[in-house]
Amino acid sequence: MNKNEYLDLFFEETREHLQLLNEGLLKIEQNPADEEPINEIFRAAHTIKGMAATMGFEQITELTHKMENLLGKIRDKELNFSSDISDLLFKCVDTLEQMINNIDENKEIEIAHLINQLTNFEKADPQKENQIKEETNSLNEYENKVIIEAQKQNLNVFKCVINVSPECVMKAVRVFMVFKSLEEIGEIIKSIPNSQDLEDEKFDNQFTVYLVTNKGSNEVENIINSISEISLEKIELAGMDNEKMIPSGNLGKQETKDKSVNSTTKIHQTVRVDINKLDNLMNLVGELVINKTRLEDIIKTNDMKALTETVEQIDRITSELQNVVMNVRMVPIEQVFNRFPRMVRDLCKDLGKEIRLIMEGKETELDRTVIDEIGDPLVHLLRNAIDHGIESPDIRVRRGKEREGTLKLIARQEGKSVVIIVQDNGQGISIEKIKQKALEKGLYTAKELDQMDNNSIINLIFSAGFSTAETITDVSGRGVGLDVVKSKIQALSGSVYVESKEGEGTKFTIKLPLTLAIIQALLVKVGLEIYAIPLANIDETTVIEDSLIKNIQGQEVMVLRGKVLPLIRLSKVLDVKITQELETNELYVVVVRKGDKQVGLVVNELIGQQEIVITSLGKLLSGIPGIAGAAILGDGKVSLILDIGSLF
Amino acid sequence: MEEIQIVAFRLDNEEYGVNILNVQEIIRPTEITRVPKAPAYITGVINLRGNVIPVMNLRQRFGIQGEMQNDSNTRIIILNLQDVNIGIFVDSVSEVIRLSGEEIEEPNLVEALDDKFVQAVGKYNGRLIILLDLNQLLDVNNEKAHTLSSRSE
Repeated sequence: MNKNEYLDLFFEETREHLQLLNEGLLKIEQNPADEEPINEIFRAAHTIKGMAATMGFEQITELTHKMENLLGKIRDKELNFSSDISDLLFKCVDTLEQMINNIDENKEIEIAHLINQLTNFEKADPQKENQIKEETNSLNEYENKVIIEAQKQNLNVFKCVINVSPECVMKAVRVFMVFKSLEEIGEIIKSIPNSQDLEDEKFDNQFTVYLVTNKGSNEVENIINSISEISLEKIELAGMDNEKMIPSGNLGKQETKDKSVNSTTKIHQTVRVDINKLDNLMNLVGELVINKTRLEDIIKTNDMKALTETVEQIDRITSELQNVVMNVRMVPIEQVFNRFPRMVRDLCKDLGKEIRLIMEGKETELDRTVIDEIGDPLVHLLRNAIDHGIESPDIRVRRGKEREGTLKLIARQEGKSVVIIVQDNGQGISIEKIKQKALEKGLYTAKELDQMDNNSIINLIFSAGFSTAETITDVSGRGVGLDVVKSKIQALSGSVYVESKEGEGTKFTIKLPLTLAIIQALLVKVGLEIYAIPLANIDETTVIEDSLIKNIQGQEVMVLRGKVLPLIRLSKVLDVKITQELETNELYVVVVRKGDKQVGLVVNELIGQQEIVITSLGKLLSGIPGIAGAAILGDGKVSLILDIGSLF
Repeated sequence: MEEIQIVAFRLDNEEYGVNILNVQEIIRPTEITRVPKAPAYITGVINLRGNVIPVMNLRQRFGIQGEMQNDSNTRIIILNLQDVNIGIFVDSVSEVIRLSGEEIEEPNLVEALDDKFVQAVGKYNGRLIILLDLNQLLDVNNEKAHTLSSRSE
């Protein structure tokens, strides 16, 4: 079997099942009486085990097997679900996740302690009956029936664990002798390993047989011990269990031990696609091909009417194609949100807080690239809200609030963007403290701060100067690296702002474009060259006469509605040659925002707003400051997209 | 060295060759968009059926004096090396040549040539064809420190 072929699938599916495990465990914690989740996670663990065994990942198989045992006991009410158990199971899930992530590196992870803990819990059950049950688990249905039958007839069913001396040269012969003498007093219904393997000496120095006999245990013991180089390790009555489980002894055989897995296996990102979407794509491509042939015919006949028609067709097909392909790239934000309940739970446990997480709009779809990037900023905001926003239960009660804090995570689509809201009903942000800090840090003067409205002041927490951990926790209990959050979201062509009322809570609103591949941009002319500026960066555009541009200490500025706006001539930054006849008295200024700073970009002409497809400039030209990529315009020309973030 | 097929082209007064396996296609010059702050030998980028591909000026890269010719013979050879696509401006493309092992000489046998872009020299019907080392040619990172001496033949 070529395993690499299935590796992607394995990753995808295992992750899904791990997610199920996480969700299930959380549900049980909240409502231990509910039986559905335990069944669910039992199935999930079982599936992972099966898949891992098929792929030959022994460690994963072992760990999930143990988890399954424990879960099985909980399901059968032999063991009560406790917070210790849930902690352990969560730890196991984390470890599994790590193991799966490490598979391509062929790294081994220490799982012995987890296995031990799992086994301890399993054995912690005082009733001996259960222990026997567990061991009988390795009998199949038929064998169980035989045992029931035997017990009805008052026969004893013994499980004998037999040692063969390590010095023994011909183990198979000794085993044969054991079988022969035992069959004189009864019937062997099962052996582990099976008789074929025993004959082939495919075992270490120990094997187990299940014997049905009318003799007592002493007699059996005597018979076995009378054979040389053979000793009886353990003999016990085998019980009954209707539970059908995979015999642990068979596991080893299921694992295809293919150690030669190429360690450099690349894991490709995959997207699951609805087959209908693919069919749709295929149809559109088919239509495109037909129209191509038509075009070829038209070249010969010069039929202008047919040409117009065909071009219209192609126009329709391409825009539909674009839609479908975009659709394929869309992933529900659920993928990101799903890990949060677990994170919130863990943090609450660590910090001793009581928080109810409410998530809405999980089905909202975003482009795959955005989905991959948005996780970290959200984690950051949620952590902040839990750590600093929501007060501890006692304080909340003292302040006359509900004991349990509420943390809302809401996603929804608004036009061509997606809005994500992180809202808590905690202590909010103190405006006074932020002012104080801004003064201390020398970011603004007292006068400037007085002129700002409350909202602008609160949004100062996103500025870079505010980002060190200690200061922020002091100030407002917020903002550890919020500037990082902001820059990350801006890198995704999104925006973020915060609203807060002291004592009532804080609300972060993130706005993201639906997709990164296609953006709205303003096309401008600099000299004779055309550049695209992403609309997300633009605040406004304005016209200015050359004579109104002032000079302050070598920096060109203009006055825009009473505010001084620094100006940057794009022609200078981009080394564009401006010829005499291009120098006009009237210049256009595109006001762009980078963080909190506003800058006016001076251009020669505004062409208009257009939807553009971002294309990379390729490896060779990557990392050029100020250039985010290229776009192909309607006339086939290549236009460069400015990266406002790195332009100045 | 084994037998190889090369695409031979002219630049200035010399004949060069690149392995045909690295040639994706040969196109006529199209409109080029300048890329500010790019290395000087990158003339700009072109639109090749929806893909944006950088185009290199070999004269600048090799330090050959003189302006780029732009006439009816000028072509852009689109090269492909390890997922990197790049076009190179050439004065004209001559032909595809099959070179046998004996016709190819390692550059260390030719004293006059010590340029790092030269992988080997092919001798074909009395012509000398400089076979380019594309790995070096496309290695932008090391370029900045590199100043080229003009060719001395």
